[in-house]
Amino acid sequence: MKIPHRARVVAGAAAVALLVAAPFGLKPYGIYLLSLWAVMTIAAIGLNLTLGYAGQISLAQAAFVGIGAYTAALLTTQGWPLWTAFVLATALSFVIGWLLGYPALRVQHHYLAFVTLSFATLVFLILRNEEWLTKGVYGITGIPRPSVLGWSTQAPVDFYFFCLGVLALVSAATWWLIRSPWGRAFTALRENPIRASSVGVDTRRYTLMAFAIGSALGGIAGVLYAPLVQFIEPTAFALALSFSLLLMVIVGGAGYFLGPFLGAAVSVLLPEWLRFTEGLYLILYALFVMVLVAVCPSGLIGLAERLRKPASIALPESAPPRDGNGSP
Amino acid sequence: MADFLQLLVAGLATGGIYALAAIGFVLLWQTSQTINFAQGEFVMVPAFFVLAAMKLGGVSFPVAMLIGLAVSLLVLGLLFKRLVVDPVIRHGVLPLVISTIALAIFLKEAVKEFYAADAQPFPAAWATTNLAIGSAVVSAQNLVIILVAVVAVGLLQYFLNATRTGRRMQATAQNPGLARILGIPVERMILYTFLINAALVALASFLVSPIYLAKFTNGETLGLVAFVAAIVGGFNQVRGAIVGGLLLGVIDNFVAAYLSAQYRAAIPLFLLIVVILVRPQGLVGRAEERTV
Amino acid sequence: MAAILEVRNLAKSFGGINAVTDVSFDVYEGEILGLIGPNGSGKSTLFNCILGQLAPSAGEVRVDGRPITGMRPCDLNRLGIGRTFQLLQVFPQLSVRENLILAGQEHLGSMWSRLAGPRDAGLTAAANRMIEFFRLSAVVEERAGALSYGQQKLLDVAMAFMAGPRLVLLDEPAGGVNPTMLAGLRERLRAINAAEKATFVVIEHNMEFVMSLCTRILVLAEGRIIAEGAPEAIRGNRDVIEAYLGR
Repeated sequence: MKIPHRARVVAGAAAVALLVAAPFGLKPYGIYLLSLWAVMTIAAIGLNLTLGYAGQISLAQAAFVGIGAYTAALLTTQGWPLWTAFVLATALSFVIGWLLGYPALRVQHHYLAFVTLSFATLVFLILRNEEWLTKGVYGITGIPRPSVLGWSTQAPVDFYFFCLGVLALVSAATWWLIRSPWGRAFTALRENPIRASSVGVDTRRYTLMAFAIGSALGGIAGVLYAPLVQFIEPTAFALALSFSLLLMVIVGGAGYFLGPFLGAAVSVLLPEWLRFTEGLYLILYALFVMVLVAVCPSGLIGLAERLRKPASIALPESAPPRDGNGSP
Repeated sequence: MADFLQLLVAGLATGGIYALAAIGFVLLWQTSQTINFAQGEFVMVPAFFVLAAMKLGGVSFPVAMLIGLAVSLLVLGLLFKRLVVDPVIRHGVLPLVISTIALAIFLKEAVKEFYAADAQPFPAAWATTNLAIGSAVVSAQNLVIILVAVVAVGLLQYFLNATRTGRRMQATAQNPGLARILGIPVERMILYTFLINAALVALASFLVSPIYLAKFTNGETLGLVAFVAAIVGGFNQVRGAIVGGLLLGVIDNFVAAYLSAQYRAAIPLFLLIVVILVRPQGLVGRAEERTV
Repeated sequence: MAAILEVRNLAKSFGGINAVTDVSFDVYEGEILGLIGPNGSGKSTLFNCILGQLAPSAGEVRVDGRPITGMRPCDLNRLGIGRTFQLLQVFPQLSVRENLILAGQEHLGSMWSRLAGPRDAGLTAAANRMIEFFRLSAVVEERAGALSYGQQKLLDVAMAFMAGPRLVLLDEPAGGVNPTMLAGLRERLRAINAAEKATFVVIEHNMEFVMSLCTRILVLAEGRIIAEGAPEAIRGNRDVIEAYLGR
């Protein structure tokens, strides 16, 4: 029982309308949160590609957000326009992400988690220690917001629309990628790497590509993040962010296109909705994640699917690839 | 030379604590394929059980330590297994990783909210004097830590190798399916590993907190070190965790003193990456027979 | 008749165990070669060595005269060699048609041309032909994981043919398939063999299936070839019978 196409289009249009109208009813802090949601969604989309679609676990996404953010900060505070940061950060993150993929060819799952975790910590250490470049713990201040073809994004609402625009572009590109032959190959890589190889999928190339593209998206998110907060320092890009992004992808639903949107919404907006509980919101979030993972490891969207069609086989998408259906 | 000795002793002491955290980590992985990303927080929390017992229950420190140990066994051992691990492990390793990450956040924030955000002094169970060995000044505390860690590990090794239950646990770790067929109560053996881990982390907590104070953020660094120690040493052997822990403790101290305090954390990470890529079974471990 | 596949002195040991010892044979274009032998005789190991899943300890494998020993499975596929697996290997989350398109897409052009090209890599027609040929039309939009075992088997075989391979190695295609589907499978294999001049090498335990399908049979026991010939000859061969029944 699939949701009819028309209903999906209507729902999609309504969501977009909501996103466009929302900032006009909100205070600056609310608009900031929406922009933050957009930025985190981009990073989560990248991680979803690497983890959810290609099945490669990465705890290093925060490092790429950091690389993107510092690239943007350093360039724009020197007077360079933001688009140069986009180009440089994307290229840098792509290349480094590609290199990070090599360990993924040798080890899998928990070992890969630790390698990427170590990499992320190393990047954090570099950001913190190399003061001559990054100003270390003092951070970089006064990061300007860009001017897009004459339109200034200085005001919160304007910058929000800028973020939304980038998110729209990234979403469209990712949608196209997933639906392309590459998307099919990534899914094969995740579901059954041995079979994939035997039908000609170059598992090496596609694994590296999944890492590279996912990381590049992390970099893009970082380039947006810097002018959003206008002051960055290394602790923002420590392991906690990597864990947070991972949780976003899983909570939303790994391997589902809308997963990152939902997961980022829960992670960024939930603390605000739970404001009334004061300091407890993180505790409640953590409990929520633990319960969700036990009940439905395919995340919220997986849960929604299961409720929609209870009779079909609910294969957990985030589980490691299994041997078809014939394993003894 | 005096410096060297001091650093070595300090390194072995820190290493001993790391080893305790790493051993539990390895045991959990071996017997139940549990990767506990909250291991660092597990080392942070027991100290707070003790502090809470003293503050709220008004009991003396020794009694509080016993209470702390008991509560650790209950919460970090039994409840952890029943409430967090069991419901999730059937979905695979990644969901459990997520769950333990969330658990780490939960424990950290719970301590911060319900006890205190700032660092709390933690009493030491022994004198904090310094001893002179030749021209070196060595902290008695470090020596005690080394001693306690050695005794604890020794007891554990004895238990695992020389007692019937211990050997059954080893069998469970090596081949749960076969162990079940042989009549070994596998579920109970797995529970024992969780309890042992709880005891080890509690001990590590009591040893480390007097020095570094009890703070809700302690788990972050400790957790990372536990993972690195376990993997560098050898993820599938308790011996590996011991070697890894001691090695990292010593390296950490020497690097901080002679190379760079800022990048002291980087060396273990490099070591980790190199070991995983070149020799995933670790320095002392056997090549992983189980396919993951 | 040209030899498509030449295996020369192939050997594979695991530690002290010699799974395959000094195996040499040719596979001729257009034939259906059966590979039989008791459990543990080394058939699957032999397959895996030929197909790049395992690196042989010794020996050489040539396709059309070119050495392919130790080539990666994905590269072999591009040479026109396909395979099916003993344990079912389809992609459960993808639909039947998507499974087939995937099985054929990596054969065409380069990674980049595929990215820029159409969504289905131009393979919808070919996939539809396969679906019709293997009589899977009823389930074409279903997720592969939802199919019955027999249907997944057919899909598995169909996938092996999507790259238009000249040589297909089938690892126990009849395993677990009910007798009605079995007849259909055999008939389809014969049809493809005739229509596309596809060459097969088939590992099987189901004697009736092998004898009725194959044009020539090799018998493996304890890692060595002990007999070779037409099905009728093999059926009565003393060495073969002894190998199966044991001494």
